Amino acid sequence: MLTLMIFLPLLGFVINGTLGKFLPKAISGWLGTAAVFGSFVIALMSFMDLTGDTTMPERIYTKLFTFLHVGNFHVDFAFQFDRLSAVMTLIITGIGTLIHMYSIAYMHEDDGFYKFFAYLNLFIFNMLVLVLGSNYLMLFFGWEGVGLCSYLLIGFWYKNVDFGKAARKAFIMNRIGDLGLLMGLFLIYDTYGTFEYQDVFKLVFAGSAESNAVNTAIALLLFIGAMGKSAQIPLYTWLPDAMAGPTPVSALIHAATMVTAGIYLVIRSEAIYALSPIAREVVMWIGLATSIMAALIGLKQNDIKKVLAYSTVSQLGLMFIALGCGAYTAALFHVITHAFFKALLFLGSGSVIHGMHHEQDIRQMGGLRKKMPITYLTFLIGTLAITGFPFLSGFFSKDEILMSAFAHNPLVFGLALVSAGITGFYMFRMFFVTFHGTYRNTHHAYDKVHESPLLMTLPLLVLAVLSVVGGAVNLPHYLGESISGGLHHLLSYDGGGQFSPILMYPEHAIELSHTAEIGLLVMAVSVFVIAFLYTRNKYVTQGAVPESDEAQAGMGKVLANKFYVDEAYDTAFVSPIEAAGDVVGNYVDDKGVKGFVDGFGSGSNFISRLLSKIQNGNIEYYLVYMVIGVALLLAFNLF
Amino acid sequence: MSILNIFSQVEISHYIYLSTVLFCIGLFGVLFRRNAIILLMCIELMLNAVNLLFTAFSSYMVDSDGQIFVFFIMVVAAAEAAVGLAILVLVYRNTRSTDVSFLDQLKG
Amino acid sequence: MMQNLPIPFLVLSFLTILSALYVVTSKNPVHSVLALIFTFFTISAHYVLLNAQFLAIVNLIVYAGAIMVLFLFVLMLLNLSKETEPVKSNWWGISAAITAGCLLLIITAAFQVSGEAVAKNPVEGIGLVKALGKVLFTRFVVPFELTGILFLASMVGAVLLGKREKGNDALISKEELNG
Repeated sequence: MLTLMIFLPLLGFVINGTLGKFLPKAISGWLGTAAVFGSFVIALMSFMDLTGDTTMPERIYTKLFTFLHVGNFHVDFAFQFDRLSAVMTLIITGIGTLIHMYSIAYMHEDDGFYKFFAYLNLFIFNMLVLVLGSNYLMLFFGWEGVGLCSYLLIGFWYKNVDFGKAARKAFIMNRIGDLGLLMGLFLIYDTYGTFEYQDVFKLVFAGSAESNAVNTAIALLLFIGAMGKSAQIPLYTWLPDAMAGPTPVSALIHAATMVTAGIYLVIRSEAIYALSPIAREVVMWIGLATSIMAALIGLKQNDIKKVLAYSTVSQLGLMFIALGCGAYTAALFHVITHAFFKALLFLGSGSVIHGMHHEQDIRQMGGLRKKMPITYLTFLIGTLAITGFPFLSGFFSKDEILMSAFAHNPLVFGLALVSAGITGFYMFRMFFVTFHGTYRNTHHAYDKVHESPLLMTLPLLVLAVLSVVGGAVNLPHYLGESISGGLHHLLSYDGGGQFSPILMYPEHAIELSHTAEIGLLVMAVSVFVIAFLYTRNKYVTQGAVPESDEAQAGMGKVLANKFYVDEAYDTAFVSPIEAAGDVVGNYVDDKGVKGFVDGFGSGSNFISRLLSKIQNGNIEYYLVYMVIGVALLLAFNLF
Repeated sequence: MSILNIFSQVEISHYIYLSTVLFCIGLFGVLFRRNAIILLMCIELMLNAVNLLFTAFSSYMVDSDGQIFVFFIMVVAAAEAAVGLAILVLVYRNTRSTDVSFLDQLKG
Repeated sequence: MMQNLPIPFLVLSFLTILSALYVVTSKNPVHSVLALIFTFFTISAHYVLLNAQFLAIVNLIVYAGAIMVLFLFVLMLLNLSKETEPVKSNWWGISAAITAGCLLLIITAAFQVSGEAVAKNPVEGIGLVKALGKVLFTRFVVPFELTGILFLASMVGAVLLGKREKGNDALISKEELNG
């Protein structure tokens, strides 16, 4: 069953990839969707098996074959479905199904329709391999696979050169992170002699304190990989550029699933991180810096998708803050809720773009709530969720992160709160400018604005519902002991002592007094209210419109230009390498190597022309040559 | 009978030298002369030098195979002279001269 | 080395080499032919010395009698004489001499390196017709028959080559050929 769950999307990829050109669009699209939906159903059933009434096993393990066996080195191609990967799988396949459905309508006019679904299915397959692998090598297999699919899907409209560049940028930056990941994997094998999760973590758990230096090194190297995949400083600049891909791609890959692979990696390696406080501090501070920086940049972006991209980076920073504070459950909780409302927001923006006939600049929009009511409603719910409107899903998950941050270090809490506040600012700014106020484009275009078809609005509605009730997964315990902490219980379950739980180290029990908790809650809610009121005043009551690109000044200009980070990277890394490549290409290769190889040809030509002069047709010369030849032969035989 | 005393007085080496000198004189002629007929004649001279050597060895080794081979060489030489001269006459008809240096059309 | 050689051998060898030299150096082609005939005579004398009487006679008949006469015929046919003989430059002669000399040197050296031949006891009558005939018609009968076919082929070839074809009578001049 496990195998079927993983390989169903691969089957979809193969069918769509080979036959998709000849299938009608409806069949191709629904085939892809059905493949992912099938995986979702199997995942649900397997989850029931894990958490059912009678025996609750630790995991479902399937070994397909021996992947590598060289001397002492042994790695299996095996999958395990335990509680952590169950959660991730449900998210991936569930939201994946919704997005597949959405894409049937969104990509309807595209010629590469079947290709799109093939790539999407391939992506789901690789992501499943990533989260369901039973050893680090399978994780790496899926890691690279999703990187490839990201490249294919970002550059899906390949005829545009800029999109291709964005795809390459994403792939290369990922690769830089992968170097760190690979070194971490090598170090893991070198220290513990195996890649299997169970064996590694057992050894880590039993390890002595002297191995802490090694664990720190491993943890930091793995985090470098996570930095690349989950877009943290300094490897985050690919994510905003990745918005060049179609919107469903942005929703699936760059909001809900692929970018959370880094988080998954850290949660999975919890045993290693638990032994290395230094690594955790690094993770936390980088997450914090990323969160604030991305939020600031998002304040001044005018492309609907770019705002959401920076929002994703910022929220991922929040998740890493949680990981750094040791609150793994909170991080996973935020992964789940973020998947819900970010996917919702991206799909909503896709609906807006579709309705506006591919206009993406929010300065050209306005007053869309009358023309696109369902999109307006769901987008509102998504915005409220991400900014922390009380009792929506985002509220619970963000609060848990903030509280664990406070328990760890109040300064971190303060800065995280600032980041959350800025989130409110830029989200509401975007929301009000897009949907409220007066329409700013031409009247002719306004008449053409329409609500999106059912296949697009249905996923929006489902995700909206999930964004509202998603918090039930892990309610805080001030709401009652019996219904709270669902996720926490899941991750800490140890089958009555029969096996080790996902989280082997007792988490920081959030030992805050009730007053502290309520106080923090109030601070969070008040930040939300301030943001809401300020933006509503500015953009709705006063009807302000964000400035054009030329009118930016001062700090606004710096933010609008993304702190000039891309330009800095270009000068520091890209240009020197391109110059070096230029030199090697034009001089070493063109003149050196080519001249050498050509030299063989022209040399042979030259020598043969010389030698051909011997054959002048004159018999006398020939006779002399003959005699000389005979003489030489005889002389040879003599000596 | 007195002829047979040759063997006790003249060693085979002398015949070898004689034959080799004749051969090389013929070779010199082949390389030096331009007239085609003289060329063919020098080739006959070379063949005769070889004949002499064969006969000498045949006598010294008391083996009649050498003389049989001389017989066949003469046969071949005769056939070759006939055909060669025929070709030469044909060439003369076309080029009005027997100079071999005029036959250089097959160059590289 | 020359001391204990019998006179007949010395004289004959001297004559042979002298006439051979005259063959290759004479400007008049008719003189060359006659010198070559004389060379064949001396070589036949050598054959007699070597107890190969049959070969001596056959040499005279075939070579001096038939082949050289053929050469003379062709010479007379083409009307070659001293004036029409093409001249070669001196350096060519020197280089040809050097080349031939090299070969001579090498062969001599080869002979020096190899062992001396030991003469066996002479047997009388090995070169007579009867003995040769016996060997020729028993062991070498197949090549003997094949020589007949060889002669047939060369006869046919020579006749065919010499045939005058219609329209080919006009002789092209040297200038037309090379121009």
